[in-house]
Amino acid sequence: MIRWDWIGRNLPEIRELLGDHIVMALLPILLGLLIALPLGLASVRWRRLYQPTVGIMNVVYSLPSLAVFIVLIPITGLAEQATVIVPLTFYALAVLIPSVVDGIASVPTHVRQSAVAMGFGPMRRLLQVDLPIAVPVVLAGVRVATVSSISLVSVGALVGRGGLGYLFIDGWQRQFPTPIVVGIVLILLLALAADGLLVVAQRLLTPWARARSSA
Amino acid sequence: MITFEGVTKRYADGTIAVNDLHLEVPTAEITVLVGPSGCGKTTSLRMINRMIDATEGKILLDGVDVRTIDPPTLRRGIGYVIQQAGLFPHRKIVDNVATVPYLLGWDKSKARARAMELLERVGLDTALAERYPFQLSGGQQQRVGVARALAADPPVLLMDEPFSAVDPIVRTSLQDELLRLQSDLHKTIVFVTHDIDEAVKLGDRVAVLRVGGTLAQVADPATLLSAPADDFVREFLGRDRGIRRLSFVPADLPLRTDLTVPDDADISKVAGVAAASGLTWLAVVDSGGRPSGWVNAADLPLSGTVADLRLMPYGTFVAGRDSLRSALDAALLAPSGGAIAVDDEGRVTGVATAGALAAATSGIAAEGVGTGRG
Ligand SMILES: Nc1ncnc2c1ncn2[C@@H]1O[C@H](COP(=O)(O)OP(=O)(O)OP(=O)(O)O)[C@@H](O)[C@H]1O
Ligand SMILES: [Mg+2]
Repeated sequence: MIRWDWIGRNLPEIRELLGDHIVMALLPILLGLLIALPLGLASVRWRRLYQPTVGIMNVVYSLPSLAVFIVLIPITGLAEQATVIVPLTFYALAVLIPSVVDGIASVPTHVRQSAVAMGFGPMRRLLQVDLPIAVPVVLAGVRVATVSSISLVSVGALVGRGGLGYLFIDGWQRQFPTPIVVGIVLILLLALAADGLLVVAQRLLTPWARARSSA
Repeated sequence: MITFEGVTKRYADGTIAVNDLHLEVPTAEITVLVGPSGCGKTTSLRMINRMIDATEGKILLDGVDVRTIDPPTLRRGIGYVIQQAGLFPHRKIVDNVATVPYLLGWDKSKARARAMELLERVGLDTALAERYPFQLSGGQQQRVGVARALAADPPVLLMDEPFSAVDPIVRTSLQDELLRLQSDLHKTIVFVTHDIDEAVKLGDRVAVLRVGGTLAQVADPATLLSAPADDFVREFLGRDRGIRRLSFVPADLPLRTDLTVPDDADISKVAGVAAASGLTWLAVVDSGGRPSGWVNAADLPLSGTVADLRLMPYGTFVAGRDSLRSALDAALLAPSGGAIAVDDEGRVTGVATAGALAAATSGIAAEGVGTGRG
């Protein structure tokens, strides 16, 4: 069922699609984190901002991705990376903003109060106490967002830029299953690898978090 | 010295947590704030380091209004210990302890060296330094909390129910540790608790607050127990007030030295000692001068030595150091009703008879007449 010779012949192209896929899947996560941090912190600081922000993000999240890609074509162009990256960034935000807010909320009151009592100013407390303690919760959100971003990129193939998703269209149009199988396997491996790396990163960054539930 | 001058705290919702509090917290002493839940203890404490600002009145720290000091600066000079320890879960123990030195800009090695010194000081194994808080027991975390509060050697220490979340045995050892530390360090300590036993054990002075945030009485523990200001305080001190009071009365008991026999004495000698003293219970002392039990001379065999007799259990107290409560406790362990007095090395110095103990306790009760109904 699998034509190994096809894989051999198309290796350079597959490699290129994989690279494209990685960029389009991970850039939204990075951008999402950069935007979610200030927005999340603002929502913690001004409680009333939180519900509207999450509301808007949830509405965006509920829009069918294909529809969003199509709407964006006139702005960002057909078959451009940006057409995929922009909506995926919004999807990432829908997961990451609540993670940042929950992460900060996971700092126990007594820990925050003893930081205040020892003479931490607000900025120092944020950087040295609140954010480091929020890391495990935020990283849990990053894992969800990353895996879903990796799988969503392939939908972009319908507007001409879908990384490995192109292999699905190619295989389907030619009634030739090999590219489809290759695409699925690579996307799965990519998701597993990214998730595994994040787990390792979490272990290294937060060695203190293993018995966290008791804190 | 910390002085509350007519301090009132009204929260935004109208709750009056502290009402016109006038209180002096003397330098180098432990002042305990005690009272039922919601009486404003935590609020009072937090107004000192400005985690909460007073609505009315002033709090002076050595004559300076705390409101004129920038909060972070003020707080770095005041140690703070709370019930759950409040350790930073993401920092190793040594770095937790070094928190305030870091904030004050000490260099890292000096701050860490200081932290290690403090860990030892509060009775912790320095091998724990590289662990994270979750790897410590509750009692150990609480000691780390105390070490952290002391790290920058602040003159003032605020402690909000620091030992109430640990089990009673650990609590007792933490209390003893605090008293030991205080005898070296002479900090000005404000200690909050709702446990009256803890209050009278630790406090040089005890301030009793009532719900509504008013001060009911402030006094040294012995005065508080012997002369509660009103029914509220009396009620709060509880039913064991009389027994607790005995902790503050030294065991100045008349000691009899004619009621002891060596553990190798002949039965006839025992009978002779008993007859001469007019009492039947005698304390048996070994060759090292240490007590080994009581014998009842009313119940002697016809011949033999003390070694053949069944010795009855006994209790001891250190004359000149222990309280009347310890002496009474020692007496309650012995069927003779008497307590054996020993010196610091545990050698017998005499015997307090049941009669002497009864006279001493009824003397205390007579002093209390008119000041309490008990
Ligand atoms: N932020 C707040 N807003 C409104 N009321 C408050 C606030 N904090 C405390 N109170 C109220 O003020 C009163 C005193 O509270 P405080 O925490 O000082 O009591 P406490 O003596 O420490 O009690 P506990 O022994 O339970 O710790 C209580 O009635 C409490 O409900
Ligand atoms: Mg309290």
